Amino acid sequence: MPDYETFEHDVLVIGAGGAGLRAAIEASAAGVRVGLVCKSLLGKAHTVMAEGGIAAALANVDERDNWKVHFADTMRGGQYVNQWRMAELHAKEAPDRVRELEAWGAVFDRTKDGRILQRHFGGHKYPRLAHVGDRTGLEMIRTLQDHGVHRGIDVHMEHTILSLLKDGDRVVGAFGYERERGRFKIFRAKAVVLATGGVGRAYKITSNSWEYTGDGHTLAYDAGADLIDMEFIQFHPTGMVWPPSVMGILVTEGVRGEGGILTNNEGRRFMFDAIPENYRAQTADNEEEGWRYCQGAKDARRPPELLTRDHVSRCIVREIKEGRGSPHGGVYLDISWIKQKLPNAAEYIKRKLPSMYHQFKQLADIDITEQPMEVGPTTHYIMGGVHVDPDTQMSRVPGLFAAGECAAGINGANRLGGNSLSDLLVFGKRAGEFAAQFAKQNSLGKIDPPQAEQIESAAREALAPFERSSSESPYQVQKDLQDTMQDLVGIVRNESEMREALGKIDDFKKRAENAAVSGNREYNPGWHTALDLKNLLAVSEAITVAALERKESRGAQFRDDYPDKDGQFAKVNTMISKAEDGSMQIRLEPLPEMPDYLKQIIEEMK
Amino acid sequence: MKATFKIWRGDTKGGEFRDYTTEVAEGMVVLDAIHDIQRTQAPDLACRWNCKAGKCGSCSAEVNGMPKLMCMTRLSELPLENPVTIEPMKAFPVLKDLVTDVSWNFRVKKKIKPFKPRHPDAPDGTWRMQQEDIDRVQEFRKCIECFLCQDVCHVLRDHQMHERFIGPRFLIHVAALEMHPLDTEDRTEELRNEQGIGYCNITKCCTKVCPESIQITDNGIIPLKERVVDDFYDPFGWIWRWLKRKLKS
Repeated sequence: MPDYETFEHDVLVIGAGGAGLRAAIEASAAGVRVGLVCKSLLGKAHTVMAEGGIAAALANVDERDNWKVHFADTMRGGQYVNQWRMAELHAKEAPDRVRELEAWGAVFDRTKDGRILQRHFGGHKYPRLAHVGDRTGLEMIRTLQDHGVHRGIDVHMEHTILSLLKDGDRVVGAFGYERERGRFKIFRAKAVVLATGGVGRAYKITSNSWEYTGDGHTLAYDAGADLIDMEFIQFHPTGMVWPPSVMGILVTEGVRGEGGILTNNEGRRFMFDAIPENYRAQTADNEEEGWRYCQGAKDARRPPELLTRDHVSRCIVREIKEGRGSPHGGVYLDISWIKQKLPNAAEYIKRKLPSMYHQFKQLADIDITEQPMEVGPTTHYIMGGVHVDPDTQMSRVPGLFAAGECAAGINGANRLGGNSLSDLLVFGKRAGEFAAQFAKQNSLGKIDPPQAEQIESAAREALAPFERSSSESPYQVQKDLQDTMQDLVGIVRNESEMREALGKIDDFKKRAENAAVSGNREYNPGWHTALDLKNLLAVSEAITVAALERKESRGAQFRDDYPDKDGQFAKVNTMISKAEDGSMQIRLEPLPEMPDYLKQIIEEMK
Repeated sequence: MKATFKIWRGDTKGGEFRDYTTEVAEGMVVLDAIHDIQRTQAPDLACRWNCKAGKCGSCSAEVNGMPKLMCMTRLSELPLENPVTIEPMKAFPVLKDLVTDVSWNFRVKKKIKPFKPRHPDAPDGTWRMQQEDIDRVQEFRKCIECFLCQDVCHVLRDHQMHERFIGPRFLIHVAALEMHPLDTEDRTEELRNEQGIGYCNITKCCTKVCPESIQITDNGIIPLKERVVDDFYDPFGWIWRWLKRKLKS
């Protein structure tokens, strides 16, 4: 085996977004040697895009809030197929994690009495999201990054992991390459934490950044872990639709939290037309009440624009399909109307939503203080991912942990806004903590002939695109996959389209195996795209297989051939794993039984 | 409609501009053109990008000579009758094509004294800060670390004084810490010495290129310069520092 540069760490964290950084910090605080690998430059992970805020029951703005309400809100949003223990831990521990960020230098917006300000958000009963204007993700990652760099963590920037190395059942390290010169590297570790984010780049219209190619999902799947809930993809209702270059870029839910309303081309606030039964008691029944809620009135209920994302997306799709959409295929989101209510509305909007103002002015030449925005659903988040133990975040593969968007369970069938940033902190910390513990209890695995063969085979596979002489372009394969997923496994699904998608994915796999790359290994994006294809295809297949298996509509999954909820699927999760022969297998696993004290909380909060 | 882009291609050993012509449509940004060219003509054109929404600071380059984020530069604001020049940031060594080695920035940050808060204000371990006291710090913390300000600053770009000057980005980083209501650390000594604040002659090119419109010079650097002057060049400041040291020991 040629001499690849080899690094030894106790804990290797793959991914440096909120979850990865938090895990690395925690592991390092436990006294073990930590290595952190990231695909892009430090501080530039997709976390920077998060705009809404961190959901935590701090009760700084409404003293009626506490972890039980947050837990109930999360379970309701997830249509009760969440892993209850993760939702419980998340609700209980989020407040401490937010206060900790402040202790590390984060500067959140303040209440009048100087505490962390919290704002309303879809699906949350009380104002719960700690935020900084509309750039909370940036604040989080920058705080973690600045705190982390002084903790002795070895950061390997612009490195991509190709495969995990195993010794028997255990994960003992990872094999990857660095973008700069394309050299291969070996990372030996006693424990590995996957924090690689989501899969949005498998879809044509997405808010997700370049690096979201489902790497962690695929690495875990190939290493023998289970993938749970892969059918649940969240389509954020409000992504930009015009001009084409910005299609998919997010317009934060915060716009609706500050009073933004959704209208169709008839000027009607269509969200009032179809309020779901299980949210009726919590939703305003007139426009005035909705406005008062946004302004902080404690006796007002939320406007229907702040219902959960799955519901809002479907309503928007309905308006567009039935011909009441905006000129470029979306609907209107209008915040400028609040000038009827507030004297200095333009200033207020610019202060609360500065990056939205900037984004629209700069990219679409629209002044949101004067005009409505055209918005439509965009692929935003995957609720599904690596199945992990709720307390330790370890998958069923010993030594392999996962946290953040690439792990799954806390959100069930639909995620509430704000719950992702808090998820990163709560479970990033746990993953780091237990990975460090595992590392202390185990030795470094072997990199002997069996692993050497794994490494050699991974290297050969990685270099194969350079050897081929076909005209198949990896960019084109990705583009075709994106079109397929967008059209056939999108917001509204059915059996025949999804079967067609599976056929196409098979086809893309063959094309990917034929994709050729020119040039050399130095910072070659064509080569990187060819390598990412494997992951994109694996997660696309998993999403489709899971969506086919769940023959009902629930949360973010909507099937027009099974448009209603079906009791038989109410208490199961889909579980995908790799069979001995390499094929993708799916089974249904019963939901873990919720203890009585939590069942009681859910009943009380109905 | 078609437009021509003169893109710098090369590596550590050198390179040249090459022309690429591609279709351009309404609303396109420079990064869209780069992607089209990658997909159809130059699959190994090296370019860093991530979010395509002006939030991650990855796609910094020089477009027609101006340091810009490629994802936020609309083609409609460029004169397309002539070729559009796209080249890598000049203040940093080239790695390949439009990708530069920005690792120096990460090394510099490590040397800056980190945040050190005072004791909590409340029994539950939390602090109290007023919004008006943090507005300035929040302005600085909008920084997306695109390094365009570093790129344009003549001290780094032309004089290559990376060993003696931390650049506008890190002066803002220091300012955000120094002005943080909870921070108790003092960084003026390093600012004056290793960090080279004296090299800034307030030409404000950094402010001009900042995509987040942070008023780098006026709100960050000049106040820091004033603090350095107060601490080191004001006789009353000398006496005060002497007194403080005496009282500490």
